[in-house]
Amino acid sequence: MRELTTPLGDEVLDLRAGDRITLSGIVYTARDEAHRRMLERGIPFDPRGAAVYHCGPLVRDGRVLAAGPTTSARMNAFTAFLLDRGVRALIGKGGMGGEVVEHLRGRGVYLAFTGGCAVLAASRMALEGVYWEDLGMAEAIWILRLDRLPLVVGIDARGTDLFASVMERARGCARL
Amino acid sequence: MQNTPNTPLFEAVADATCRALQEAEVHLPADVLRALQRAEEREPNPVARSELRNILRNVELAEELRLPLCQDTGVPVLYVSLPPDVPLSERLYAALAEGVRRATERVPLRPNVVDPLTRENRGDNTGPGMPSVHLRPGERFAITALPKGAGSENVSRIGMLLPSEREEIERFVVETVLRAGGRPCPPLVLGVGIGGTFDGSAALAKEALLSPIDTMTGLERRLCEAVNALGIGPMGLGGETTALAVKVRQADCHTASLPVAVNVQCWACRRATVEVRR
Repeated sequence: MRELTTPLGDEVLDLRAGDRITLSGIVYTARDEAHRRMLERGIPFDPRGAAVYHCGPLVRDGRVLAAGPTTSARMNAFTAFLLDRGVRALIGKGGMGGEVVEHLRGRGVYLAFTGGCAVLAASRMALEGVYWEDLGMAEAIWILRLDRLPLVVGIDARGTDLFASVMERARGCARL
Repeated sequence: MQNTPNTPLFEAVADATCRALQEAEVHLPADVLRALQRAEEREPNPVARSELRNILRNVELAEELRLPLCQDTGVPVLYVSLPPDVPLSERLYAALAEGVRRATERVPLRPNVVDPLTRENRGDNTGPGMPSVHLRPGERFAITALPKGAGSENVSRIGMLLPSEREEIERFVVETVLRAGGRPCPPLVLGVGIGGTFDGSAALAKEALLSPIDTMTGLERRLCEAVNALGIGPMGLGGETTALAVKVRQADCHTASLPVAVNVQCWACRRATVEVRR
């Protein structure tokens, strides 16, 4: 199992859809509202080599208590600008649209974390700070330090989308 | 009504509701845990197996830390078994709502309940029609909580099939899972309601989720195998475990009808029953 640490570089280009990895280092949470504001006002963190986690964590007394992934496809339409600025990894659940697969080509990867595993995720994280807390707990950009979060490469930088190929096979073998 | 002092019965019902929700949010029922463990042992796909391991580890941690096992703590669905000596009254509904308010504060639950059109959030998971309450007569006075998350609820379906389309039930179930893909957080438990009326079949489908999932009838097993043949796997990443179980409940229906409902449930098939202490 490959162990990766942010900031990420060209090593992400070698990853293949279906690879299991662990990720350490800083990640930034962002959901719908944070994406919208980053488009308007710019990205508040250094996007080069960064990883963006689609997650609205439960934070209490400076600690992350629950931080499961949210459905990444909601962010399909506002992801390209992050990759254009150098973001190397998107983390979430459920996969992303065909346009994102193309934007990732030659640049970055989509990493899947297990849906609902909010406590497991939180146990591998420490809270480092926050941007735009006025957006509310779920929508703010939280700065989290990961300690070997286990992830699966869902979409690689060669355009292979594990979610799409699984669904294509499923449609093919449905006894309908 | 607002000024009525809380009777001991009101307190007992509110307390039992709160405890049932707490129990359901933090502990996965033993039968569901066994089904996940069995799936992890049998799953040949390494990605699927690692997803199942994450789920099992998450369940352990939630229990250890007394935290909800998923951040989507759902909307409160309550099944109340009412003995003959307990009056069915507005106060009973008020006590159930009070229990939900307490659980929202204490567990804590995410405030998920909003007005359907204004989307206004009252912040305590109650409102018109919420909690969703299902009453039935019983010997014991007990409350079962089945908090239902949105990811899996949103891909649930109801179909009014023709009476001649009995063979189409399997197709309808498989199609529901195929349309849903990885969105409802598989491995799934599918509650299937067959017969009754349009509304009744949906209630049956949800009630089917109350039965233990470690045994299946012949029909349930056939449906489960058809779903698992899709290979969608945990979280849509591929594998043999798309559904842990299919549970069917049926009711008689009109000779011209065949309602079929599928209530999709994610791996966190949460439910807990608590007796009302009187």
